[in-house]
Amino acid sequence: MTGRALKFFQTWPVFPLAILIALIVCGIFAPLISPHDPIESNLRSRNAPPVWLERGTSKHLLGADPLGRDILSRVIHGARVSLLVAAVSIGSGLTVGVTLGLLSGYYGGAVDELIMRLADVSRAVPYILIALVVAIVLGQSLAVILGVLAFATWSVFARQVRAEVLVLKEMDYVSLARIAGAGAARIMIRHILPGVLNTVTVVATLQVGSLMLTEAILSFLGAGIPPPTPAWGVMVAEGRDYLTNAWWVSFFPGAAIFLTVLSLNFLGDWLRDRLDPRLRQL
Amino acid sequence: MARFFLRRAGSAVFAIIAATILVFGFSRLTGDPRLRFLSEHTTQENWDAWGKEFGLDKPLVVQYFVWLGHAARGDLGVSLNESRPALAMIRERLRPTLELAITGWALSIAIGIPLGILSAVRRGSVFDYVARSFAMAGQALPPFWLGLVLILLFAVRFHWLPAGTRGGLTNLIMPAATLALINASSNLRITRSSTLEVLDSEYVKFARAKGVRNMVVIWKHAFRNAAIAPLTNAGLLLAAFLTGTVVTETVFAWPGLGRLAVEAVRTNDFPVITGVTLVFTLLYVGANLVVDLAYAFIDPRVRFR
Repeated sequence: MTGRALKFFQTWPVFPLAILIALIVCGIFAPLISPHDPIESNLRSRNAPPVWLERGTSKHLLGADPLGRDILSRVIHGARVSLLVAAVSIGSGLTVGVTLGLLSGYYGGAVDELIMRLADVSRAVPYILIALVVAIVLGQSLAVILGVLAFATWSVFARQVRAEVLVLKEMDYVSLARIAGAGAARIMIRHILPGVLNTVTVVATLQVGSLMLTEAILSFLGAGIPPPTPAWGVMVAEGRDYLTNAWWVSFFPGAAIFLTVLSLNFLGDWLRDRLDPRLRQL
Repeated sequence: MARFFLRRAGSAVFAIIAATILVFGFSRLTGDPRLRFLSEHTTQENWDAWGKEFGLDKPLVVQYFVWLGHAARGDLGVSLNESRPALAMIRERLRPTLELAITGWALSIAIGIPLGILSAVRRGSVFDYVARSFAMAGQALPPFWLGLVLILLFAVRFHWLPAGTRGGLTNLIMPAATLALINASSNLRITRSSTLEVLDSEYVKFARAKGVRNMVVIWKHAFRNAAIAPLTNAGLLLAAFLTGTVVTETVFAWPGLGRLAVEAVRTNDFPVITGVTLVFTLLYVGANLVVDLAYAFIDPRVRFR
């Protein structure tokens, strides 16, 4: 490889970006790309092996599951589910966290104390178990998993934003805005918020990966996305009983989770080093 | 120190109270517990009698304190499936969980901390690169998938190790390794970055300038200070391990608390799942508190934050 090409690969996160873009494309165009319907069962091809193994057919490139559903199609549709869940839950966790972090840092005092104690609680509660409780009470549903994930992530944003606001609000330009007669809301939104956006971006990228893992874990445990929706975690769980004769049922969706989270984490690290090296400890 | 202790202990108590309110709130969201036991054709007298006996005729706030009082005395209710006290079931499962969590935890320290130090000392080398890739992978691996892949390799393919349940030492290897591999990565990352920081400090440079041998600088001067951050992290991980075992126990059919919780979810066994959640919250908050206090004891700067 020439020196310039090597340099290019070292500066830009090419592989993670390629994987993530492929994933987003799969997510958006899932019905067009996937060779089969992801929830249509076909008992003739029960546990059909992937194409490169003995008895494998090109009809099911990555094999089929115990109900004869095409694994490749389910993995592609799973990208859609995972991306949607990750995007919505990070979005809501971010909105709540950033808002509370701004309020907490800006006002201080009792507001700060209350919000930070709540953040302590959400750190101290084993939320995988809370999610199991919620799954019994309200039943498995998309709304529940989104709520649990947002609950698991808001405090990270709140803490980080609060710490930044404590510094920013002492800046001269903020005092000048106040002297010029700007109200609290205006100062927070127009003057302080832009200053914390870098941090928020980095934290969000680093958090998306761990949220996807949590979603997969909950789906695997039966407290996440309800079947027959093709979610990766659910698919791994469905293949568990067939490990001895159809390992591919569990293997491929799990590998998809691994690759996705790995790419997200790489991208997050890269963004952090570029935008905000002070966040090293995250 | 006393003020710091009070603050931390206060916030731990607050967390536990909040968790009990959450659990109780959810348990009542399902509706009146009588609906589960009495048929819809029951008489009004019978309904009221049950209400009186179990305190369901009182306001919700009073019910919460009654429930809390029972829970504090160890009465977590009776399992709906096995008609035994939930606490007895939890007690049976506590030992296997601790056994697994502590083994995995010790392994993750034994792997993560030395690798982190070596990786920092040989920064930029091939070893550093491999160790960092290992850490990256560990943070992205879904624990349940890693467990299944290990089973696939060592139990299904090579028949070297048993695939699950508790028994001899061989049964412990795979679940403990799963927990350890997933968590060693964060130990590694933190040890690496804190060692790098210390190696860059004035006193290490001074020791080097004085002519102290490299090994002595690393182990005698740098390691002690570099160890604070990873030790705290390892402490926090112990808390995370207790919940991390939920997944590992499910994959390896390990008869611990986590699996009990998952089984209870499948069968809608409410008293058991609330009981397990409470026990886990107590362990979790307790472990966090001990770690914070230990940290403040080792590193005085923390007390004034």
